[in-house]
Amino acid sequence: MADGSIGLWTVPLAVLGGAIRVSTPFLFVSLGECITERSGRINLGLEGTLVMGAMSAYGISYLTGSPWLGVLAAGITGALLGALHAGICSLPRVNDIAVGIALMLFGTGLAFYLGKPLIEPTAPRLPAIDFGWWSDIPQLRAVLRINVMFLIGVALAPILYWAFRTTRWGLLIRTAGESSDAARAMGYSVLLIRLRATMVGGFLAGIGGSFLSLFYPGSWNEGLSSGQGITAVALVIFARWDPLLCLWASLAFGGAAALGPALQSVGVTSGYHLFNAAPYILTLAIMIITCSPKRTLTGAPAELSITR
Amino acid sequence: MTAEAADPAEAVGTVAPAADPGILQRHGGAIEYVLIPGAALAGALAVFGIFVAMFGKNPLDLYFYMYYGAFGTWFSWQNTLTRAAPLILTALCTALPAQLGMVIIGGEGALLIGALSATSAALALQGLPPLIVQIAMVIGGVIGGGLWIMLAGALRQYRGVNETISSLLLVYIALAVLNHLVEGAMRDPASLNKPSTREIGAANMIGSIPGTDVHWGLVFGLIAAVAAYILIYHTVFGFAARVAGGNIRAARIVGLGVSKLILTICFLAGGAAGLAGMVEVAAVQGRANANLAAGYGFTGILVAFLARQNPLAIIPVAILLGGISASGGLLQRRLGLPDASVLVLQGIIFVFVLGSDALYGRIGFLKGKS
Amino acid sequence: MEFGRISRRHLLQGGAALTLGAATGARPSFAAETTIGFIYVGSRDDYGYNQAHAQGAAALKKIPGLKVVEEEKVPETDAVEKTIESMINLDGATLLFPTSFGYYNPHTVKMANKFPKLRFEHCGGLWSDKDPKNAGSYFGYIDEAQYISGIIAGYSSKSGKLGFVAAKPIPQVLRNINAFALGARLANPKATTQVIFTGDWSMPVKEAEATNSLIDQGVDVLTCHVDGPKTMVENAARRGAMVCGYHVNQSPLAPKAYLTGAEWNWEALYPKFVKMIAAGESIPNFYRGGLKEEIVKTSPYGEAVSAEARKHADEVKAKFLSGDGYAIFKGGLVDNKGKTVIAAGTDRGQKDPELEKMDYLVEGVIGATS
Repeated sequence: MADGSIGLWTVPLAVLGGAIRVSTPFLFVSLGECITERSGRINLGLEGTLVMGAMSAYGISYLTGSPWLGVLAAGITGALLGALHAGICSLPRVNDIAVGIALMLFGTGLAFYLGKPLIEPTAPRLPAIDFGWWSDIPQLRAVLRINVMFLIGVALAPILYWAFRTTRWGLLIRTAGESSDAARAMGYSVLLIRLRATMVGGFLAGIGGSFLSLFYPGSWNEGLSSGQGITAVALVIFARWDPLLCLWASLAFGGAAALGPALQSVGVTSGYHLFNAAPYILTLAIMIITCSPKRTLTGAPAELSITR
Repeated sequence: MTAEAADPAEAVGTVAPAADPGILQRHGGAIEYVLIPGAALAGALAVFGIFVAMFGKNPLDLYFYMYYGAFGTWFSWQNTLTRAAPLILTALCTALPAQLGMVIIGGEGALLIGALSATSAALALQGLPPLIVQIAMVIGGVIGGGLWIMLAGALRQYRGVNETISSLLLVYIALAVLNHLVEGAMRDPASLNKPSTREIGAANMIGSIPGTDVHWGLVFGLIAAVAAYILIYHTVFGFAARVAGGNIRAARIVGLGVSKLILTICFLAGGAAGLAGMVEVAAVQGRANANLAAGYGFTGILVAFLARQNPLAIIPVAILLGGISASGGLLQRRLGLPDASVLVLQGIIFVFVLGSDALYGRIGFLKGKS
Repeated sequence: MEFGRISRRHLLQGGAALTLGAATGARPSFAAETTIGFIYVGSRDDYGYNQAHAQGAAALKKIPGLKVVEEEKVPETDAVEKTIESMINLDGATLLFPTSFGYYNPHTVKMANKFPKLRFEHCGGLWSDKDPKNAGSYFGYIDEAQYISGIIAGYSSKSGKLGFVAAKPIPQVLRNINAFALGARLANPKATTQVIFTGDWSMPVKEAEATNSLIDQGVDVLTCHVDGPKTMVENAARRGAMVCGYHVNQSPLAPKAYLTGAEWNWEALYPKFVKMIAAGESIPNFYRGGLKEEIVKTSPYGEAVSAEARKHADEVKAKFLSGDGYAIFKGGLVDNKGKTVIAAGTDRGQKDPELEKMDYLVEGVIGATS
């Protein structure tokens, strides 16, 4: 180790680093989608929201010089796209999955359209906090240079878990998701609850996008999201609509994304395409093992179109 | 040039119904199916016009170039039809399972696997008469793509795995399998900078429809769409599928074999997308490589939803979207719009058409007095 | 051998293909306006491959009498055939530059056969005698610039470990990796170059992960061969590593960490092509060149580059520029599995076609081609 190399330790360290660096967008999108789906609606458009968030965050950060304003702009953009989704879905007989696919196209297209002049400039990035000061291994210190958004995401998961169970808002969202009749009987507008839930979901997904462009990989380009948004939506289903499980699943996905390059760096060179597909294979395998045809998924909101 | 005339589908939509009010009410349902999507399309084009106007472009130029690039010349028509051909087939991959109430968005994966298996069939049968090789490629493509989507159907039926998510995950897996094979076991060592399989041979290519530059894939698509329409609306099997799609429990009660329905429909759906993959190999690329993942499977989802999952309606919608992508290049070159404007327009059209679903049965003058 | 193996007859045919008018005065100008079409596979401003070509196209726009039409993000399917035809039919283009490798066979070849009077200049392809005479393929020996980068990197690395983030194990990429590694060994005979393949041309998250993994392994100078090097350059600089750029000059992204880089020089080549045509000369169908022919160039050295490194690199560069040339791949070359890939005594000069089929990684490279 005298030459600064850590040999095979690269792999677990890269997986840990990946879990921290790559997981944040997954985490924000999946927590946002968790809120939306708990209210009885699915928004597949979060892929478009993520990309749109990444572009607008980068643009605002570049124009104002403040990355935090960029994050805010990404959240607002996401909330607006969420409102659009909820607005169209509140019309009678409109399929929410289809609207999601439409907004995925629209959001991605709009982000590419508006983002052309932003590919070249360099925008101020979000700062990192050095949690590895105690270690003298530079690789570990690099892994532990953590962005505060990751910490917010990690904290958000238990807060949401708690909020769903105990707060009035949590109960309302769950009621709307379990039985719109019950919510209506209690005197609440189901459409309004879902509108708010979708907007909050969009807000979080937009913020997830800002992490991509403002922290890691840390610049805007059109290949930035290779399906992270849509994968995060899938993640919610296998996390059983549980915010805590969303957290673990996001960490696992982030780690899996780092696996391919890390294995190559220690000499496992064959089949890297298959290693790169590992997160998808993993999700499918977990879904096959944990799903059952006999009952609807535990935790599944009864009003959700995909579980009916 | 106005928005109305920019597109034939829209022109049909604005044909004024005859004065006799009786006709309006009697055919209200049919007229709605033309009028509402037409109005949605016009609305989407208007919004897109405003959007580009915000960037200092003249919307009238936009409509003119869209029309010119998509349908303005014989070349434009061939361009449009060539692009529409794979979309008809991949749209069926979403539209057929939709009859059962299933949302499959994995047509891209079935296309890739279909292309791989069709190529494998052709490479295994080198030296046989071209017709036999071509038939084997069709069978290979259909079986490959069919089994791929059937897997999503089987997972839904036997394991309760959501088919929307599983079919999407299968796209990424199919892409990895394709890349792994064309860069590894199936790679032609002579394919230097574009890792590819060996070529299927010029003799085995299916070529173009005589007198045009449009390949035979368009005819495959038309036949498949008509066959799917007959299957769904004019056979007992299709009737059973629609019953099951309306209510799975009711279908079970009347004794329909729901498993068989799901597996068969998913196989046919994947087979259509697999056929699109076969056509890409046998009419365009001549071999399998990463170029096959050109997104036809994803655009097919859009086509299916815009066609309201009706196999016949898929044909004009695929031509419309083929036209939009055909005119996209002209918009870049003449108006200086970025390539993403096509995506934006597709998204807007999609949003408008979906939103217009709410209008069916609500247009006053078509309802009559009840 | 002067720029490949082409006969005088071919040259004349190529020249007759275009009637652009004669040169008048020092600056070329054209009797009638000539339209040139550029087709890019990705976004025109990607800080990489496509931007380099777009800079070349921009140089042509300055020449009076030339009209340049451009289309970006055209996939390597029949879409590129339709784009070419559209540029010809609707814009009147007479000279076309399809700039992505995957456009060549079958697409550009097909179009060149269809429009025998027009000229097609394809970037990266391997034109052979079987191909149409009105098509040509040009490319640059950018490995020469990578070799210079390798020398600088070898001197600048403290750990003796260099890193290379690459897209796919194809000859053009392998040649760059090998040249970089051989250059580094000139400076430091013990230097190693570790390579990670991301699997595709634009995968920012994978590229960032690969960069981090390499640095975790002790690598302190990195370069890459992907479409947009921005991700690698920025992420490596953030970790305190030094970088060599690729495609275009990325020094504004990381002024302190940027050592040098291998750049295309299309803004010199494209006007040269046009002047050749205007003067009635024809462009050889198989056109190659390196630093000497001004098809590639190196970025200005960064401030971190030592005087010793500059001196050595400049010496080698002078040899490339000299009349005798310089062979990077000399006889007695051993690959990283211990196999001799170039027999002792047979230097492979830059124009040796064998080098365009490279399928090995040389000794000193850590990684594998499959």
